[in-house]
Amino acid sequence: MGAVILLPGVLRPEAAGASRLEVTAPGTVRGVLAEVAARWPRLAKRLRDERGELRRYVNLYVDGEECRRVKGLDTPVPEGAEIQIIPSVAGG
Amino acid sequence: MTRLVAIGTEKGLFLATHDGGGWHVSPLHFAVKSVYAVAIDTRGDTPRILAGASSAHWGPSVAISSDLGKSWAEPDDPAIVFPADTGAALERVWQLAPGPAGRPEVVYAGTEPSALFRSEDAGRSFSLVRGLWDHPHRPTWEPGGGGQAIHTVLPDPRDDARVVVAMSTGGVYRTADGGGSWTPGNTGIRAVHVPDPFPEYGQCVHKVARDGAEPDRFYAQVHHGVYRSDDGAASWTSIADPLPGDFGFPIVAHPSKPGVIYNFPMIADMDRYPVDHRCRVYRSRDAGASWEPLSDGLPTEPFYPSVLRDAMCVDAGEPAGVYFGSKSGEVFASLDEGDSWSRVAAHLPAVLCVRAAVI
Repeated sequence: MGAVILLPGVLRPEAAGASRLEVTAPGTVRGVLAEVAARWPRLAKRLRDERGELRRYVNLYVDGEECRRVKGLDTPVPEGAEIQIIPSVAGG
Repeated sequence: MTRLVAIGTEKGLFLATHDGGGWHVSPLHFAVKSVYAVAIDTRGDTPRILAGASSAHWGPSVAISSDLGKSWAEPDDPAIVFPADTGAALERVWQLAPGPAGRPEVVYAGTEPSALFRSEDAGRSFSLVRGLWDHPHRPTWEPGGGGQAIHTVLPDPRDDARVVVAMSTGGVYRTADGGGSWTPGNTGIRAVHVPDPFPEYGQCVHKVARDGAEPDRFYAQVHHGVYRSDDGAASWTSIADPLPGDFGFPIVAHPSKPGVIYNFPMIADMDRYPVDHRCRVYRSRDAGASWEPLSDGLPTEPFYPSVLRDAMCVDAGEPAGVYFGSKSGEVFASLDEGDSWSRVAAHLPAVLCVRAAVI
């Protein structure tokens, strides 16, 4: 069944225009992002830097909980989870 | 003769062209991305524009246009990536510098954190220059107010193995063996932010320019000082005394006339305004022995914005064009080597870098 990633409009060009991506959800945010890197490498580079860390103003919500407030990249991703990627509001 | 000016700003890139009938400024490229570095590479059959555009949300990237900005190509794998063993991540690209004319495939990038990257495929992919990254001084380089970045990369037009780089609160470094070993080149440059006034390295160098006709001669605008080197950026002597202020960011050299240089002096680091609050470029025709203010056509009302380190440049036209952009989003051009000026653009976001070429 896996999980679903919902992309903001600004990131859809990095995933061939898709607004939602279905992934196999192998347990954690880290695993989901590894799958994203394998299948949509351009998108993955927008989300994480070369150390694999989530970029500062990228917020990733798993069923409504921002992953930094749970266990970061080790946040569990249950079957059927909805993952929202929402950029921070910042800057001028 | 068509002149092309690439204007990198805090929130996008603009391309201005002039073919004799006035300036035409393109719509915005790279919306809401900060463009700290841009290069116009004229070494090949067609001019190529390289842009380092950085999104606060989605990270930095390098894009290339071979059709004067109509389209941009960006590889799936980012062009500049720190190797895993460095533990570093690219913050932004501060400098894109084409290599020698005879090596059109060579392009350099200076980055934040302070590192030098070299491309052998015209900027599509880069490799970290390990000799500088592994330099024993690197862990002690301090970030300046703008970050810790290599903001100046000056390949030697005669010899691909020789490069000079500079960074704020790190100073000048030189290699003569293709980047394998690096020697600090700061002798004579005063440091004002550490107890030792003349340290081996660590000076807050804002920008270095290579003389357009005498490749072993360099000019430096430092946090408190303006200097000239006549020995390949090894040692320096002050050329600031005739200037009304020794603070500033940019310094550029005429592309072919020896000893002709330009800068935009400001009062002091605690008083960061143009001298007398007037918009004036200063030109020297004698390698810094004397300077003259240039203001014909520049704003006459009080002028407060800075001109940042890469926001001034020259092109190789005949006569040469001189350009600068301000943090208030104005860009000015002189098509007669500084004698008279006109406005290229206004009401842009803060200008971070300006590069120009005859295409």
